[in-house]
Formats: sequence, structure tokens, C-alpha cells
Amino acid sequence: MDNIAGSKPALTWAVHISAVLLVALWVFPTLGLLVSSFRTSDQIAGSGWWQALSTQEARMPAIRLKGEEALKDGVFMIEGNLFDASGAEISRWGINSKDVEAFEAGETTALPSGEALTVEADGTYRLSSTQSMADLRMPRVFVTAETPPQFTLDNYDTVLFKPAPGQSVGKAFLNTLTVSIPATIIPILIAAFAAYALAWMEFPGRALLVAAVVGLLVVPLQLALIPLLQFHNAIGIGKGYLGVWLAHTGFGLPLAIYLLRNYMAGLPRDIIENAKVDGATDFQIFTKIILPLSFPALASFAIFQFLWTWNDLLVAMVFLGTTDNEMVLTGTLLNLMGSRGGDWEILSASAFISIAVPLAVFFAMQKYLVRGLLAGSVK
Amino acid sequence: MHPAIQAILTIVIGVGGCIGYFWASNLFLDKVLFPARGPEAGRNIGRANMIRPWLFLAPAMIALGLYLAYPVFATLKLSLFSKGGDTFVGFGNYAAMMGEAKFWESMRSNALWLVVVPAAATAFGLLAAQLTDRIWWGNIAKSLIFMPMAISFVGASVIWKLIYDARAADQAQIGLLNTIWMKFEGGIGSVLILQILPAIMLGVFAALMVWLLWSLIAPMARGMREGIWTRLGRILGAAITLGLALVTAGWAIGAMTADLPYGTPQTWLTIPFWNNFFLMAVLIWIQTGFAMVILSAALRGVPEDTIEAAILDGANAFQIFFKIKVPQIMGTIVVVWTTITIVVLKVFDIVRAMTNGQWGSQVLANYMYDKLFTAQDWGVGSAAAMVIMLLVTPILVWNVYSARKEMR
Repeated sequence: MDNIAGSKPALTWAVHISAVLLVALWVFPTLGLLVSSFRTSDQIAGSGWWQALSTQEARMPAIRLKGEEALKDGVFMIEGNLFDASGAEISRWGINSKDVEAFEAGETTALPSGEALTVEADGTYRLSSTQSMADLRMPRVFVTAETPPQFTLDNYDTVLFKPAPGQSVGKAFLNTLTVSIPATIIPILIAAFAAYALAWMEFPGRALLVAAVVGLLVVPLQLALIPLLQFHNAIGIGKGYLGVWLAHTGFGLPLAIYLLRNYMAGLPRDIIENAKVDGATDFQIFTKIILPLSFPALASFAIFQFLWTWNDLLVAMVFLGTTDNEMVLTGTLLNLMGSRGGDWEILSASAFISIAVPLAVFFAMQKYLVRGLLAGSVK
Repeated sequence: MHPAIQAILTIVIGVGGCIGYFWASNLFLDKVLFPARGPEAGRNIGRANMIRPWLFLAPAMIALGLYLAYPVFATLKLSLFSKGGDTFVGFGNYAAMMGEAKFWESMRSNALWLVVVPAAATAFGLLAAQLTDRIWWGNIAKSLIFMPMAISFVGASVIWKLIYDARAADQAQIGLLNTIWMKFEGGIGSVLILQILPAIMLGVFAALMVWLLWSLIAPMARGMREGIWTRLGRILGAAITLGLALVTAGWAIGAMTADLPYGTPQTWLTIPFWNNFFLMAVLIWIQTGFAMVILSAALRGVPEDTIEAAILDGANAFQIFFKIKVPQIMGTIVVVWTTITIVVLKVFDIVRAMTNGQWGSQVLANYMYDKLFTAQDWGVGSAAAMVIMLLVTPILVWNVYSARKEMR
């Protein structure tokens, strides 16, 4: 390798640090969304996700005091706690929206109407006056408090089981699954037979066909939208799952044939010729020898196609339709971004549900994915 | 029928149908049409073997023809007809499209994307490949950088929108970019990092372009004898480098003299022109992993003796990388570059989800979608699709050419 001449420790450190920075840059965006999806909307709005683990100091919305007054030693008192139940700790507080950090915890101040107000660090307050406060409009208190870190699964619960109309992520999840599984399986078989013919059968025009497949690899599917929609209407499929499956099958075939042909062409010639000598037909050679041997290539195409159909937006939007019942995950997410763009607790949980399956497939089958990429590109 | 049942049924029918078709058609060919017995057994086997490839190919060829080849011509035809598709208007749709400001905005954005995204993704990929190949935890690092490949463009848009989020100045910023931005208050540190440093980097790039320009035209100035095509190539290259040098020099001056709005949170996606770069960041983030995986494999394939020879000759790490390794994997770099270029030409989801083409960020694919399905104008929409096809065609021709060369 390149360090045969010995490596300098400084350079090694520089490599490690640069790699850490690069990885951090690539992981942080996703991590941010993941962390946000476990926080309440107040927490998300109150501080950045990178502060989720630390105790946060945040200004809280104004709290109006309430409570029964009691007469004690000739002084009218109202006592209570600003918080219902939490480990929040007040650092500063105020009674005027223009100066919300006027006092420290434990300090006492006089209200404009004459009463004395004390707020302690744990949120207990005491309002005292020499006259009855029965008809007093109770003052508002602005607090800056530190709250301990807190995580919740409520966002996922809301998104999956109590969705707003037209934003059902659970339904969209099932729809996406319905689109992507047949759209992954069907092209594989069709492509495998064609790839075998292109790799191991002799016939005129074979080279031309391979070239055509390579050419079709890059044809943008944008061109196919209107003609295929017209075609589907003409043969009576219209918009629906059948149309999406057919479209995904058609669009996935060039890559499938290309990957499988390259892989099958690399299989040892001896095996196939021996089988032929032993009297096997092409059909038998294909099903008994080629197909089992091509498993790695089949797996890598299956992963590609699954990721592509799961993550696709355009084909689903055009061929499936955009009503609430027909939405796939990407479409639902797009709608949510438009209608609830600021509700990060909803958006982040929905987004994570949509990327969880492809991420799981990715990490489980990464080996095949890499192999497929290399077979498709490095030649 | 419930869609899930329909899906299972489709899988069964699809898979069963495929197997059934191949099995039955083979059986028919061997037993009924050309049976391998009787007086013509030998001839029949030959005939069957001539037909069999086409049996194997038929379903794929029909699907490919119908779903990819036919639409190219149908779209071409649609682009020559009026809005509803009934009257022939010749190149009227193309003329109408050329007259639209939004179309030229899309072309400009797409051009910008085409230059920046493949270059940045390939460069980052090369960097990541080189770094991760040298450390013991390289495989974990690779996995993490590669991970965005599995995330949908829409999902990635949500992820990045959180980074670009902006809140009023008196509230806590929850977007990473604005949090960093609000740390700059306009003092000497801000000027140094946000103005002088970028200006120096852009200036260096401009100087590099001028040097490249000189090395391109110097042989011509010396009056070297060359073919007409080499000379044309030199002139074209010189024009591109000159343009890039002027643009970056202009940007460098702009960075120095800019009056940055310190202390105000920025809504990054609504800043015309610059928002394009914030959208591109998403695609670069996704595609870098792809570039890294392929370039890393190529780098490992570089013969070791070339590197050993370079080390013996006293080359340092940078010289080994740029003068020994990079030239040897140039072919792979081109493949990566063109693959990302195709992705860029078709980019749709990211723009749709983040800005929907507003604030000067329209791209061709989204422009086409708007024309086809919002304005219901099939003529102009198909014309826009044909423009995308036209832009892909050089890559298509090149791919077919190199595939044929390889097969020989």
C-alpha cells in the first residue's frame, strides 16, 4: 500500500479527523430528524435538536397565576405552583413582556397594583397584599426555566393511529408496500430470461439488442408519462395499482437486463457446455444452473428496484393518482410539507416512518447493493 | 377488492404467468412445433434453437418497447400538436416555451445543477474514498456516508428543510444553518470566515482557470501544427475556462464587497439564485455515497507497483494521489460523473418538495410536470420532456458506443 515508506503520525491523525468530520457532516442531518421525532412540539420549537440531551434553558409562554386567597396574620395571600409536575427549574422571571428576565428566582417584586409577588426556583409563588385580591385581575408571569431532557413516542402514535384527515401515514405505508413488492418481483423473472438469451444464446442481432438495452438505461421516464397514461386509458386499466406495477416493471427492466446479463456472461462457460453435452435443454440450464448461480445479481437488482419503487414519487403521482386513499408515503410526506410545514413533530415522525424500511433493507443487504453498483458501473 | 389482496394476486399471477409462459412455450416449441424425432429430427432441433432466444426475449422486448421506446416517439409527436393533442402546430410549442421566462429560468438552474452537483459529489466521493480506505473503521464510515442513498428524495428534503428552518430573530433558532449564521455578528471573525476566506478560495479557483486557459492556448500561440478538431477543442475549452474564471473572479469580488445581513435569520430557500445551491446540497448529500463506493473500488484496483515506484522516486502523499492514482481511475470518474449527470437532469422530487420552483429555483423536470398536470398543456409539457431527452442523448450515444466497443 501507500504507506510502505512508513507513515507520519501527524498525517494519520489528519486523516482520522477529516474522516470524522466528513462522517459527522453526512450523519447529522438524518440524526437531527430522528432526534426531533422523539421530542414534543414545545421542545422542538424551544431549542435545537442538538440540545435535546442537555438541560435546556428556555423562555416559556406566559403563565397566568391562579388560586384561592387566604388570610394569614392580617395579610391576604395566594400561593401555588406555576408548573403542574415537572423538574423544571426557574432561573429568571418577569411580569412584563418587555422585560421577561427582570428578576432572579426567590426575589420579591411589587406589582403595579401594589401586591408583592415572589417566585421561587421550583415554581412556587406567593402573592401577598394588605387588601383582598378577590376582584383583582391576576397577573401573568414570564419565566425562563431549565427543563430536564425528555423523550416521547407520542408523535409516532399521533401519526400512525390518530392522523388528521388525508394525512394517514399508516394507510400510505400499506399503499407503498402494495406498490413496491409486486413491482420488485415481476421484472426480475422477465429480465432473467431475457438476460440469459442475451448472454448465452447465439442469434442474429444480439449485439444490437444489448446496445439498445444500454441506450434505454438512460431514457428519462419523464417522456413516458403522458403516452403511457393514454395507453392505460385506452386498454381500460386507467389509474390504479395495475398501471403502477406495469410502469415500474417497464422502467426497471433495462437495469435488470443489463445487470443480469453482465453477471451471467461472466459465469464459467464449462458448466454450461457440460450441461449441454449431457443433454440439458436451454430451459433446464436456465432454471437449474444459471438462476441459482445468479443469486447475487438477482439480489442486488431486487434491492435497487425495491429502494427505487419505495422512494419513487413521480410514477406514483402520475399513475396511481393523488386522492387521500391512493397516496404513497412520499406523496403523503409532500402534502404534509405543504400543509403542516411548521409542525416538525408530525413531519419528522412521518418522514422517519417512510425512511425506516429502506434504511433497514439498506443496512441488511448493503453487500449486494455495493456489488450491484460495481457491476453496473465499473467496466 | 382490497389492494393488498390484489397485490398478492398480482404477484401470483405475474410470477406464475411468467414461469408458465416460458415453460409452456418451450414445451410447445420442442414437442409440437419442431419435435426432435422422426425423419427431420436434426433440422427440427436447429429450427427450435433459432426460435428459442426470441421466446426468452419476447416479454422483455414487448415491455421495453411499449414502456420506454414507444413513449419517446409518442412524446415527440405530442410536442408537435396543440394543447389537447388534436391540431398540428409544428414547432409552435417549442416557440411558445422559448418565450417563457420560467423555461429559461429552468434551463439556467439546470445548467447550474449540471456543473455543481456532479463535480461536488464526485469530489466529495473521491475524498471520502481516499480517507476511508486508510483507516481501520473505514467500513463503518463508508456505510454511514453511503446511507443517504436509501433515503427517498422527499425524505431527504424533509431532513434538509429542518436544517434550513428559520424563526423570528427573538426566538430560539431550530435550524442548524441559522443557528450557525446567528453566531456571526459582523465582527472581524465574521469578515474573515464569511468574506475573506471564500474570496481567497474563489480567487485561487479563478487563478487555476487562468492557468488552464494559458496551457490550452499556449501551443496554439506558438503556432503548433494540429488537426482542426484538436484546435476546435482547445478553443472550446479556452472559452469555458475563460467564462469560469470571469464568473468566479466576479464572485470573489462580490464576496469581499458584500454587505451581509448579520443578526437576521435567513429563510435560505427564498433567496433567489442562492437557493439553488441549498437545493443542490441535498442531492450532493445523497449522491456522494454512490461516488465513494465506486471510486473506492477503483482506487483499490490501482496497481500497487505504480505506487511503490512513485514512493521510491520520492513522491509525497498528494503527488501519489493526484499524479498516480487519479489518472489511472479517470475512466471510472467519467462513469460516475455521467451517472450523476443523468440523475441531475431528471431531478424533480427535491425541487417539488422544497420550493416547488418558486423564488427562481425552477428546474426542467418540475417545469414539465407543472405544464403537463397543472396547466394541462400536453404540447408544451411534451416539448419540455423532449428537451430533457435531447440533453440526455449525448450520454446515451456515448454509453452505447462504449458498450459496443467493450463487446467486441
